[in-house]
Amino acid sequence: MYTEKVMDHFTNPRNVGELPDADAVGEVGNMKCGDIMKLYLKISDDGVIEDVKFKTFGCGAAIATSSMSTELIKGKTVEECLKLTNKAIAEALDGLPPVKMHCSVLAEEALKAALLDYKNKTGKDIDISEEDLKGDDHDHHEDCDHED
Amino acid sequence: MKKVYLDHGATTPMRAEVIDEMVKIYREEAGNPSSVHQFGRSARKVLEEARMKVAEIIGAEPKEIIFTGSGTESDNIAILGTARLKAKQGKGKHIITSSVEHHAVSDTCKMLMKEGFDVTFLPVDADGLVSVESVKQALREDTILVTIMHANNEVGTVQPIAEIGSLLKGHPAVFHTDAVQTVGKLPVNVNELGVDLLSISAHKIYGPKGVGVLYIKKGQRVESLMYGGGQERKIRPSTENLAGIIGMAKAMELAKNELEAESTRLQVLRDRLIKELLETIPETKLNGHPTKRLPHNANISFEYIEGESLILSLDMKGIAVSSGSACTSGSLDPSHVLMAMGLTHQTAHGSLRMTLGKSTTDEDIDYVVAELKTVVQRLREMSPVWDQRAKV
Repeated sequence: MYTEKVMDHFTNPRNVGELPDADAVGEVGNMKCGDIMKLYLKISDDGVIEDVKFKTFGCGAAIATSSMSTELIKGKTVEECLKLTNKAIAEALDGLPPVKMHCSVLAEEALKAALLDYKNKTGKDIDISEEDLKGDDHDHHEDCDHED
Repeated sequence: MKKVYLDHGATTPMRAEVIDEMVKIYREEAGNPSSVHQFGRSARKVLEEARMKVAEIIGAEPKEIIFTGSGTESDNIAILGTARLKAKQGKGKHIITSSVEHHAVSDTCKMLMKEGFDVTFLPVDADGLVSVESVKQALREDTILVTIMHANNEVGTVQPIAEIGSLLKGHPAVFHTDAVQTVGKLPVNVNELGVDLLSISAHKIYGPKGVGVLYIKKGQRVESLMYGGGQERKIRPSTENLAGIIGMAKAMELAKNELEAESTRLQVLRDRLIKELLETIPETKLNGHPTKRLPHNANISFEYIEGESLILSLDMKGIAVSSGSACTSGSLDPSHVLMAMGLTHQTAHGSLRMTLGKSTTDEDIDYVVAELKTVVQRLREMSPVWDQRAKV
């Protein structure tokens, strides 16, 4: 069902924990669907992700996609992070079962939520808005319609 | 690595005695039981001996036993076959079932709703019990079928089938029970239960997969779902799975002979497992009835973590368990059984079903408790919900 990479990230998740002095925090998901992701970012003045931590309530895929997304964004700029898609996260894990693709959507949304939080806190000109978190995928997730 | 199989509710390994009986049939009985020559007659003799054995074990007559391909098939024939026949006879289109049935029953009932049948899904209490009173209140003149499972496959709660059977005496509704989880674990006698139809599956009791039984009380009729030969009173036409049937009869015989001792042994182990988990891991909850439950079933919710993560983590320690029914493992929705019992989404998502069996030992229980403590702690440390709870 799961690839070796998914199992590796589930068994040895990277960057688990919290950042008490985080510059941005994003939390998405809901208990009805059974997965919640919380992402903490430490961002330098010139917009580079210096540190990242996550906490996840969810299945193996939810934990693995959270872990992989932290690997993919660490050291990247905010602008580069904005381009990270759920498909890229899933591909980095050598794929996810179709029924679990929503976990990668959630990982992408957790990152977007954190970046939006950063924008709101700092007032910096970042190309993200509330609407980016309330797209079709998000609505589907709210309804637990995991067909994305 | 130590291996502990606690998923006997999903399926059981075949017993050596069962395999031996089946191998003997494969080697010695080449005939088709429907053939008139000596090979066929010999196979027929073996088949009818198995039918007699199965009938005797559940207190039925051989003519009341129909061999099928699975418990699901038995459920389907019982429900669809009864409903469609009764509707054609103009007896009514109302069916009563519970909200905690296996999908083999609930999905079949939902399918009938599309054909215009009216189905009442009875609620259950917090322990997963259907009340006899609720059946009484739901009964109507046009009720043609009542189908309530003997024991729940997920939480192990045993339903008051004999009491419902008594209630239905004098009412024309046909009474079916899905006894897939109880035959071999609880005493099952069709007359004492007062049922008209009863489903059994072989692979839940150390028999082969792909064999089932449908008990049909003398005088009851069901419409066939298949057409072909005249096997199994034309109700289930198909060349009989002779070796599988002989294996099932042997498995039922062994289970019946050992039922009392094995049930008591499993109950002691199960109670220790439940007690130690609830006492040593905080924020845990037993699901299902505390006493009216299958002797081998422990279903526990571990708050603030998710079931699949638990299963995967335990699997890496050599422990096989399930979260809800194995049949729903591809689903993302929390178990319909746990939700019907009033659990929150969070509690339902963190449920684990551990079903013990013949191979389970005291050492297994020690190992599972120890590993679960570690795994639960690890997953909770990773859970943002656990954090929020800790900060409240």
